[in-house]
This record gives sequence, C-alpha cells and structure tokens, in this order.
Amino acid sequence: MTTSRRKFIKISALGLGGVAASTSALNMFGANTYLDKLVQENVAKNLKRTPTYCEICFWKCAGWTYSDDEGSIHKIIGNEDDPHCNGRLCPRGTGGVGMYTDDDRLKTPLIRTTVDGEETFKEATWDEALDLIASKFKEVKETHGPESFALIKHGAPGAHLEHLFKSYGSDTIAEPAYAQCRGPRETGFALTFGSWVGSPEPTDIRDTKCLVLIGSHIGENMHNSQVQEMSDAIDNGATIITVDPRFSTAASKSDFWLPIKPSTDIALMLAWMNVLIEEEIYDKKYIDKYANGFNELKEHVKQYTPEWAYGITTIKPEEIRKTARAMANAAPSVIVHPGRHVVWYGDDTQRSRAIAILNALLGSWGRRGGFYFKESLKLPKYPHPEFHEPEWGWKEIGAKYPLAQMGITTEVLKCAVPSNDNPYPVKALMVAGTNITKSIPDRKLLEEAINALDFMVVIDTMPMDVTGYADVVLPECTYLERYDGIRSATNREPSIAVRVPAVEPKYDSKPTWWIAKQIGDRLGLGEYFNYNDFKEVIDWQLKQIGSSLEEMEKIGVKNFPRKSGPLYLNEDETYHFPTLSGKIELFSHELKNLGFDPMPKYTKHPEPPVGYYRLNYGRAPMHTFSRTANNPNLNDLKSENDLWVNPRVARILGIKAGQKVWLKNQDEVVSDFSIKVRITERVRWDSVYMVHGFGHNNKKLSRAYGKGINDTQLISQVAVDPIMGGTGMRGNFVTILTENPHKNTEI
Amino acid sequence: MRYAMVIDTLKCVGCSDCVVACQTENNVPIGYCRDWITETVDGSYPNIELELKSERCNHCDNAPCVRCCPTGASHIIEGGIVLVTADECIGCGACIESCPYDARYQHPDGYVDKCTFCHHRLEKGQLPACVSVCPTKCMYFGDLDNPNSEVSQLLKNRKYKTLAPEAGTDPHVFYLI
Repeated sequence: MTTSRRKFIKISALGLGGVAASTSALNMFGANTYLDKLVQENVAKNLKRTPTYCEICFWKCAGWTYSDDEGSIHKIIGNEDDPHCNGRLCPRGTGGVGMYTDDDRLKTPLIRTTVDGEETFKEATWDEALDLIASKFKEVKETHGPESFALIKHGAPGAHLEHLFKSYGSDTIAEPAYAQCRGPRETGFALTFGSWVGSPEPTDIRDTKCLVLIGSHIGENMHNSQVQEMSDAIDNGATIITVDPRFSTAASKSDFWLPIKPSTDIALMLAWMNVLIEEEIYDKKYIDKYANGFNELKEHVKQYTPEWAYGITTIKPEEIRKTARAMANAAPSVIVHPGRHVVWYGDDTQRSRAIAILNALLGSWGRRGGFYFKESLKLPKYPHPEFHEPEWGWKEIGAKYPLAQMGITTEVLKCAVPSNDNPYPVKALMVAGTNITKSIPDRKLLEEAINALDFMVVIDTMPMDVTGYADVVLPECTYLERYDGIRSATNREPSIAVRVPAVEPKYDSKPTWWIAKQIGDRLGLGEYFNYNDFKEVIDWQLKQIGSSLEEMEKIGVKNFPRKSGPLYLNEDETYHFPTLSGKIELFSHELKNLGFDPMPKYTKHPEPPVGYYRLNYGRAPMHTFSRTANNPNLNDLKSENDLWVNPRVARILGIKAGQKVWLKNQDEVVSDFSIKVRITERVRWDSVYMVHGFGHNNKKLSRAYGKGINDTQLISQVAVDPIMGGTGMRGNFVTILTENPHKNTEI
Repeated sequence: MRYAMVIDTLKCVGCSDCVVACQTENNVPIGYCRDWITETVDGSYPNIELELKSERCNHCDNAPCVRCCPTGASHIIEGGIVLVTADECIGCGACIESCPYDARYQHPDGYVDKCTFCHHRLEKGQLPACVSVCPTKCMYFGDLDNPNSEVSQLLKNRKYKTLAPEAGTDPHVFYLI
C-alpha cells in the first residue's frame, strides 16, 4: 500500500453527499405553530423513561432518557440516586440528546476506495465491512502475529473492543486518557500513598474546609459531583486557594488566587512544604504514625524558602506563607487537589508527588474533608475461555518508562513507523471513541504512523477528523441507543448504573458490543462472545450480585453498603498503606532505585522567545474535548473557541477584539484555521489561552468544520515524563498572525 | 402568591446547563434561547473580579412588555408570571423592543416567546427546568409572599441586586452578590 492512499479524505462520501441540513427546529413543531399548546401536549404525552449513564464524558453520570411512543427522545434528566450527579446532569449530559439528533452522524459503514484517481469512501453493508476487517485481522496474525494489530480507545465502547483484542491475542492497547491526561498523578500518588487517585477522584470536597486547586479549573471542567461539592464548600465557607496563571472561574470563587508564572508550580509547592515544616504546622502525629522519610524531606526543603520561590513563581513570600497557614488551619480537612489533565512540562509525576506529599504533611489522606477511602463493587466476570498470553504488548512497548501503568499511545504509534530496530512492529490499528488528531500531540508522528499502517479502522458515532484517515469507518450508535457494560465506579459507597437503549439505533448504526462480537465470530472466537445480545451479559452479572436487569431497568442506579471498612482512617488502629513499606513514602526509594529524584525538585522549563506566547489550553463547561463540537445543542452554546489575549499584548500587536487571527508555533506549524481574539484581563501577558477541541478539519461536521483553532495541532514540542511516559504539552509557544497564511492554499 | 427566582452569583460557574435544560424542556428551537449566561470582568490583572450569572425574563410587576402589547397576548397570570399567548400574538415585536432585559425573541413560527418560569412544571409541583438541573444549586425558586420560603429567607439574609433597577420594572429575578 502506498502512502498516498491514506490521503485524508475531505470530500463527501459517495452516495452520502448533498444531504442538506434540514430545518429540524421547525419540523419539530409540525403543523402546530403554537408552542404553548405543544408544550402542554408534550406534558400530557406519556413519556417513557429509560435508564442510562452518560457517555459524553468520563464522569458517567446516570440519568433517565425520556422518549415518546414514536421513538423520539425529548430530554435526559439526572438520576437522583446517582452519586455522580445527584439528579442533576451537566450541560453536556442534558444536551446529550443532540448527540442522538445530530444529522451529521455516521450513517452507514464506509470503505475507502479510489474513483477516477480520487480517494473516497463508498457506502458499504455491514457484512462487507466486517468481512474486510476480519480478513485483515487474519492477515496481520498470519504475517506478523496478533500483537501487531493495535487498539487506541476511549470510553464504554473501548471495553468491548479490548475484549475482542485480548481474545484475538493482542494486548497492544492504549488510551489517551493515560499518557495524555491523568497518568502522572496516578503514578505520583501510587508512589506516595500506594493507590491511584482514580475516577471520580475521592476528594471529600463537600466536607472540606480548604480546597487547593493547582491549574485545575473545576467549573470549567464539569466533573459533575465535584462541581456540585465545590458549590457546597462555598456555602459552607470553605477557603478556596487557586493557583493558575489564568483567572479561571474557580479563581473567581477563591479566597486566594495565586497568579503563578506558568511552569513554576513545583517551586511553589516546595516553598509550601518549607513553611509547613519550618513553622511546625504540619500534622506531626499523622506523619509520625503513617509516613516514612520525613527527616530527608525536611532536610531537602530547607533551602526552598518562600523568598526563593518568589523569584521563580512571582508569588509574594507573604502570600505563600499565608496560604500555607490557611491550609494548616483547615487540616486535616484540606484537599490539595490532584488535578486531572496533568501532562504539562514532563516532570509531571514529580509535581504530582509534590501534591501528594503536601497532602501527607497536612494529614488529609484518609481524613474527613480530605480524601476518603473509595470503594467500588467488583462485578463477576461473564465466563469465557482464558486469553492467550501475547508475546509483547503495551508493557513491552512502554518499557523504557519504568512506571508506566497503562499503554502509552504515542509509543504505540512510534511502533507503526518503519524502523530496522523496532522489535514491536504495529501494522494495523483500530481507533474507537477517540479523535486522535485532537487527543494526541505531535501531528508529524501521527501522520507518519498512520501513513505507514497497512490497515486502519475507526469506530465512532460522528465523522470526526480521524475517520478521514481510515480504510474502514464503522458507525456506532449513540449511548442512548445501546446497552453497554455496567458502570461500577469508585465512590463513598459502591454504586452501579446501567445503560439501556431508549430507542432503536438511528440510520444503519450499531452498538460496539455487536461489532466486537461480529468480528470475533468471524475470527472463530465465538466462545469468547457466548451471547446473542449483550443484555444477557448484564443480566447475568446483575443476578450474581442479587439484582437483575429487570430491577435495574426500573431504578437505573443501585447503591450498596460499604464492605472495605470506614470511609476515613480509624485513628485507634494501625493502617497499612499499600506502598512497598506500608507507609506513606515522602522519600521514594522506588524512584531512587530507578535513578530518579526520590523527592521532587524544581526544574526550569523553556520560556517563550520574544514575540511568542505560551499556548495554554483548557475546557469549557459545555464541551467535552472535540467530541461535542458538532452537537447541535452544545454547538448552539459555544460554536468555536476564541483566543484569550491580555489587553497589553493586544495593544502592542494592534489587534482588536473579535479580529480573526492565525497562530504559528515555535516549529513553524501554522494553524489550519483562524480564531477570534478575545481581549481579557483574565490571562497573563506571557501566555494566550484557548479552549481545547475546536478547529475540526472534516467538512462533514457541518457545524464544527473550520470553527476555531485545534490547539493540539500546535503542540509539536512534547516533554515526555521519563518516569511514566506522559506527554507534557504546555511547552509550546505561538506567535499571532494577522494575515491569512493560507490565502493561496486549500485546507 | 408571588413567584420569584434567586440566583447566587457566588456559586454560578456559567456552565449554561440552565440554557440547555430550558431548550429540551420547552422545545426552544436551536439558535434561540429563553435564558442565557452573562460574564462580567472588572479590574486588571491580577486584581480581577468575575461575575457569572444566568439571565431570563424578570417577570416584572411593572412589565413594559405587557403594557405595550397591542393584542393582550402578553399578560400576567397568578403568581406574577408574565406569559405570551401564542395564538393572540401578531409578532409585532413591540414587547421585544420594550424589554430592558432583552428577554424576548421572535420564534421562527411567528410569535414572540420567552421564559414562562416553566409554569407547566409548577402546575405539577416541579421546579423550573433550569433550577432543577443546575449543578451548583445556585438557583432558587419560590413564593415571595411566604416569609419562610427559601427565596424570602435568602433575600432577607443575603446581599442582593436586581438588573436594570433604573427601568422601574419591579423585576422578580434577584441576584445574590
């Protein structure tokens, strides 16, 4: 196969083009022009409610889908028994109905073909598409071994495909949620307390007296129950301390906002440790009882005074002392929040370690108002034969990062680039539920890898950019139209939720469990898929734990009593932390033995050259990454991102609010599209900011195409965390172009 | 009975959930809205203040939209809720011009539409959709005539403001500050 055959397909698929966007809003009302009457009719209509849990983000809030007899979905409302949402979905969950109604959805399987020298997709039947995929699975297995077929995935569909890949013999599996997001904090907290933070984070925000957010913008990220609890904390008069170079929404709710110079967070944290220890306001009893390495830590942070940190962070020594004392006053009901998207500068595991150590000094792990001991319900596995042990997989691929605990997407992609000394050749790739052109940095690597692949399948509900690179595209139905695995997440009390289809799948879309089973059956792996409908699996699992699908269809969510012991530390008993030593490790022998700093140190990171600004990015509450940009309800709230520019910078550059500009980064990467300037005091003069997930390249996304800039495109410098392989993305600098750099080229 | 909405700006994060919940509850067409979020930034870096809040029809006691309506389509019902009877509305737009809150819009079907405080839900004993969905629980709804209601108590104990008080409309959406 030649590289040109993987030319990004930008044109409409054969047979699919020319479907005009209908005036759906008008049609909704039919012949009746009077809204009042219609609303009353709707109320009178007996809407049926079906339980689901949301797939618009990873928080997985449980809710009820309200649909009518004609099979149309009206609204989605949170389930009151669900600890993830307490009956209140976030804007994305409420707007989930738009994911179902979106006219731009993938409607039928597509297969790449060439017509008159032009590459395009042709509509295919499921049998054609699945037969082709199965033949490629067989080919890869025979020619290279099953390990050479890799999976990059996200969300509920990923679980079905992971099962397929493991049945087939491949463990070459990765997801951007790890090395492009929260990986470093899991490693950092595991090294210190012995356990991952996990999701949802076991932060006891509702009972906290002091919440410290370091670059974590709760409220702009709508991690639902956390946003709810932060609101409770505000009501309770908790002290909120926000460290962020940008005046985030959370900063505006804070008692202390520390407008830190970007990339210097570790210096601030070391100074906080210094104050807590020098002023002897740390939790002595807790440290004596539960921690190892205090003397080494004390010696280590002696040099890191607030005065030292001032020169680095630009935060005044008095502010550093005041905030450290505020934390100590509230301790142990204090949370130095671990954050979520923490791949910033490449020393992210160490920064997460610093956060963990601060929590240890404050005695907040295992304390009310700090971190509670989470618990989930272990669901029995639906019986299937043992998986074959692959000869290599994600572990071997990521081996040079000794504490990587999941697959690293960028390392998996590197294995697809031909090289003589690569013992782990990746030849085929399946991508499901993640738009890797926006979730993985380093576009050059991505394109090199994709070009070299023999075969690529993409499964999605929408024609996301990544579908343009596929050989076969499979249309998945939305979460409102399918069963999926039972949600069993870690909470204060174990809680499960089910997802039941409210309506039949639209168009010719299918659930991923069905796709996985169809491929499995074609590969002779039927014994791993011993059911006709995935609901049999759910029902079987539920019956093992004393419930049933019938019961869960009525209640949606079921909460169980705790079995693992109390929510907080029992101070009268000894407690063994699941670390190597059984204690909290302030000094990490594990890191030392691997040749890393046993305690966090501040490292200076590159700064923007003259005329360039640090590219910072974040979230908007109504969108999840790039996946919601085309959702009609959510696009209506925010259809594009804008570029936050400090007024001083705008004055120097002579740019006006609302003006369209383009960006070029330090590696001469120029943004495909333009972005509108927003002049605001909420950003520093050394950085610009935009919301992640816009600037879509696929014209088939009629609302999102070409709107705003894709920040990921401009992230070509990646600072890799040597400990676990996380890809630090905050070290990219952009300059602002006021003339269209693409005047004479087609994007 | 006098319905009122109280919104705590200290808790609102401006997520727009109220806007989507209203759209799906009331079949508001995409591209239109009965409620919306405003963001006000004051000061200069690093001494900045930010106020986020959810706005909508203020269900005024002295409602200019009702006064100027030539057909009587705009009217006030029990509880002080300002409503538009769609089939009496000729879509002249006078009310849209008269509203100091810009709370009304021309529905594509030709009549003027706006927030109803979800009176169809109130009839069933439910809160307005925006209030019931708000993740920060920053929105409160109730009866101002009842001194013990949550809204009465909040206005008694907290500092608050109304929007465009100079318009003299006697609005019934209050903002805690």
